[in-house]
Amino acid sequence: METQTLIYLFVGASFALYIGIALWARAGSTTDFYVAGGGVSPVMNGMATAADWMSAASFLSMAGIIAFSGYDGSVYLMGWTGGYVLLALLLAPYLRKFGEFTVPDFFGARYYSKTARVVAVICLIFISFTYIAGQMRGVGIVFSRFLEVDINLGVVIGMGIVFVYAVLGGMKGITYTQVAQYCVLIFAYLVPAFFISFMITGNPVPQLGLGSEVNDGSGLFVLQKLDLVLQDLGFAAYTDGSKSTIDVFCITAALMIGTAGLPHVIVRFFTVPKASDARKSAGWALIFIALLYTTAPAVGAFARLNFVETVNEQDYATAPGWFHNWETQNLIAWNDKNQDGVMQYRSGDAFAGAPVFTGETGPSGQRLVSNADAVGENEVYVDRDIMVLANPEIAALPGWVIALVAAGGLAAALSTAAGLLLVISSSVSHDLLKRTFRPDISEKGELLAARIAASAAIMVAGYLGIYPPGWVAQVVAFAFGLAAASLFPPIFMGIFTKWMNREGAIAGMVSGLGFTFLYIAWFKLWFPELDRPQNWLFGISAEGIGVVGMVLNFAVAIAVAKFTGPVPLHVRQLVARIRIPKGAETPHMH
Amino acid sequence: MPPAAAPVGDSANAVVEGQYWKANLRLLGILMTIWFVVSFGAGVLFRDWLDLFRIGGYPLGFWFAQQGSIYVFVALIFYYSHAMRRLERKYDLED
Repeated sequence: METQTLIYLFVGASFALYIGIALWARAGSTTDFYVAGGGVSPVMNGMATAADWMSAASFLSMAGIIAFSGYDGSVYLMGWTGGYVLLALLLAPYLRKFGEFTVPDFFGARYYSKTARVVAVICLIFISFTYIAGQMRGVGIVFSRFLEVDINLGVVIGMGIVFVYAVLGGMKGITYTQVAQYCVLIFAYLVPAFFISFMITGNPVPQLGLGSEVNDGSGLFVLQKLDLVLQDLGFAAYTDGSKSTIDVFCITAALMIGTAGLPHVIVRFFTVPKASDARKSAGWALIFIALLYTTAPAVGAFARLNFVETVNEQDYATAPGWFHNWETQNLIAWNDKNQDGVMQYRSGDAFAGAPVFTGETGPSGQRLVSNADAVGENEVYVDRDIMVLANPEIAALPGWVIALVAAGGLAAALSTAAGLLLVISSSVSHDLLKRTFRPDISEKGELLAARIAASAAIMVAGYLGIYPPGWVAQVVAFAFGLAAASLFPPIFMGIFTKWMNREGAIAGMVSGLGFTFLYIAWFKLWFPELDRPQNWLFGISAEGIGVVGMVLNFAVAIAVAKFTGPVPLHVRQLVARIRIPKGAETPHMH
Repeated sequence: MPPAAAPVGDSANAVVEGQYWKANLRLLGILMTIWFVVSFGAGVLFRDWLDLFRIGGYPLGFWFAQQGSIYVFVALIFYYSHAMRRLERKYDLED
């Protein structure tokens, strides 16, 4: 109960902090609402970008995915950091110099067409809603496990908090709240990692601990021991992967390029004063992100080691408390195939599919499932998403660390949700209303429309959180493929060529997004039974197909541009202007 | 495809801006190559061979995939930011 009090205290204090900041940083104008007045310092913006970027998936799921997939998890580590190099070198400074409010603004001006702007808005809304659904699941998990409230109530509380600071504060409120959220989430991630690294290796720095010897006197390195332990139980070695090289290559590339094409990330670089600040800011953002991303593989490896050692060949009756807690949340299950009362953890499935609990308990007190037994000796089912949350409990860390992790998980989910809501609302109020259908709207009217759109987007996101479509968790990763295949190529060519024209850009976006969406839907929604490597195009899975979509986008765009009209002079002058840092100004209404 | 248009900036600045842009593209070429080599090269394509070597308790290819590439990414962005600053001062194009 003491831990429970601490959790309420930490989460409550962090929420009060976010709301306090939001009230202090209310948006008074559209410039405040869309780009925080355009005067955020590069370091602050870097921190806000890091919080915006690191979602529930980074904070909660990534270390768990790495823990259970070893080397294959590298695609997320390289993919979700390497994209910042593309952003800083190829996109951010030029988009900042362009000096408008939204990503579709760039499409409207550079491709001199309302159609291009509207197609960009469609891509953006599609990507952002795909992404936001996953954040709500994260909020739900943290609330239900740690605050012992109903998941639905948890989502409603979360949405209420975001409502206050996104709708009132706009980009300005979000930016300063995200700075606070970054501090909370990184502290919450690093503290347990230091503890666990020190316990296992004697070196408190996790990045070094993962490369050190285990301090159990065996003289083995952590990774060697993990390879041995896992191979003994019939798993593949931790440092080997099971994905093919081409698939690893394509998924990494799709995630990197997708990162650079995600609207809620790009728009963060519109808030700094100058083009050179955009470059610097991307560097700071990556430092802040790298702190978590270089720690995650250590957390994953340590968690896997701890998990095997505390669960395998344990009597269920004497299993630690966290095991029962997560079992109560349906995220762990034990299927005592050989009726010996002892948990055997091996390679393979414990039963077919996700657990369906019958409501009865077995002879050892475990919750029984009605799923059919799977072949093999494995008896333990564990949802990967729990590893980061359960890690401090598995390592028996003090209650305040557990409370900190709960607050950190919420900070990660809320900060990303807020950033996504903002790009959705600004694309509606600014790109659809002001720039396309109602150009005569006043600034006040536009600001009101932005707030109404943000409120509506929160309702939709809340609905997705309470009634998550079954495919939500998988689909989040696909937002990247869609972004890589639709938005990245036209932005890149819009800056680095003067000849890419309206027709080419639109045709490229439509074909890239269409192809990628159909391929993903084919294997994930319509024919999941066909989702096997031998059926994949070039052996590339749905997660990596965004790269093929991107190549298609480039090819179609270049081919179409070749046969259609030249780019008007004023647009070529615009390109010349955005390439030169001199003369940047604060975004303003034209 | 349509011919690469000549600089459309207004007159005298166009030449300087063209030189600045070429220098920028050269720098980008070098840095993007490094970006590709440390991630897709060391972390994916040549990882099996690099794993024959170790850095501390890490197999080298595994280290690049889960640690090293990220450190290099950070260094690349800060170097680019610094080098562009110098370039902009040289051509008097600072913002």
